[in-house]
Amino acid sequence: MLSKRVIACLDVRDGKLAKSVKFVNTKDIGDPVAKAREYYLDGLDELVFYDITASSDRRNIMLDVVENVAKEVFIPLSVGGGVRSVSDATDLRLAGAEKINVNTAAVQRPELITECATAIGAQNIVLSMDIKRVTATATLPSGYEIVIHGGRTDTGLDALAWAVRGESLGAGELVVNAIDADGTLEGYEINLTRMISEAVRIPVIASGGAGRPEHLRDVLREGKADAALVASMVHYQTYKVSELKDYLHNQGIKVRMSW
Amino acid sequence: MTVIVDYDAGNLRSVQRACQEIGVTAQITSDPEHIRRAERVIFPGVGIATAAMQSITARGIDLALLDAYAAGTPVLGICIGLQLSLDHSEEGDTPTLGLINGQVRRFKMQDRNLKIPHMGWNEVNLVQSHPITSHVKPGDEFYFVHSYYPDPTNEQDVFARSDYESNFCCAVGRENFFGTQFHPEKSGRVGLQLIKNFTQWDGRSA
Repeated sequence: MLSKRVIACLDVRDGKLAKSVKFVNTKDIGDPVAKAREYYLDGLDELVFYDITASSDRRNIMLDVVENVAKEVFIPLSVGGGVRSVSDATDLRLAGAEKINVNTAAVQRPELITECATAIGAQNIVLSMDIKRVTATATLPSGYEIVIHGGRTDTGLDALAWAVRGESLGAGELVVNAIDADGTLEGYEINLTRMISEAVRIPVIASGGAGRPEHLRDVLREGKADAALVASMVHYQTYKVSELKDYLHNQGIKVRMSW
Repeated sequence: MTVIVDYDAGNLRSVQRACQEIGVTAQITSDPEHIRRAERVIFPGVGIATAAMQSITARGIDLALLDAYAAGTPVLGICIGLQLSLDHSEEGDTPTLGLINGQVRRFKMQDRNLKIPHMGWNEVNLVQSHPITSHVKPGDEFYFVHSYYPDPTNEQDVFARSDYESNFCCAVGRENFFGTQFHPEKSGRVGLQLIKNFTQWDGRSA
């Protein structure tokens, strides 16, 4: 039986690890390569690097980070942040990324998903969606809206409709990032995650809000997520990755227990 | 010298990095002569069987692999590299190398709750012992990402199975060939050890 995955997300700014609360107030918290290695050795199933560097030199900095992590970490490595073209995706793949996350650029130009899927394989394209809760309307029937530019810009796109469209355009996996929950440590948006997971046949990664082990259990079980993404709760050493996996295992959720 | 076969089929450097981690120098090559002369051959790949088969045929790599296999060179196929070693793939109705008798089949995915592709960590259950998997214990998991799986004609070529839609074959062996549907280079310690075992294997089965 396929295991549910625990994925750690590392936000990287200027080559250093950062963590935000509701996408603002980011502060640096260390070396991404050392953190990645630590989590890998402690049973992490997958790593995501998100580049939040603003400078024009961002690409080279990030390629270095990916290159250095890929030498030391032998689990799937996923990278996103500012991917705008097939050549961005290909460069990151050569540096050692398995999967490429697209987000803002895919909203602005949806063909990017198909182009990347054709070039590097649908299974390696992750559509990462930043989603906020809104009042349901005729144009936003799910009551959730896609936002871009790290949460600063509304798009008017319904989150459920965009998820389904992303799948049909060739995305191999979805990240459902609830920005209302991001950094709060108060739990994932279970309803949102389940709604999207039930509407598509590609794996769904729940993101935003993880603070306690039961949050992971709930989103993997009730939210029907295939993977749970964690950040602050492991970065600040509140929990170890292995503790999260022990907990999930003891709760009867199938996770990888030997590493 | 261990060579990693390059035919524009994805992430070869992750296999090379895994070799570096275990102290083995492996050279990436698309030269058929290098493959014929190699001490060991790693035949990796992700992507689509039809395109991969066209790509190796256009480079003469198909014949080089057949020659290396016939000469007793240990060959490790990974994912598409394994799939191309059977007779035929349902993906694009593609005739393949035929080192191993059998078909590559698509998951039928009639259960709406199963996601496509089969992506993530799953248990690899050994059904026969082999020097390459001698370290694998019950419950050990490896990383998979695929929609097609190998289905050898002869049960004696099946070395491990895994459960998804069905109890499918995930490791195949015959003489000096061994292949895994999962990705040892992305499977942490147990994966690295599998590659290490391959680099120490003399090419004679169990």
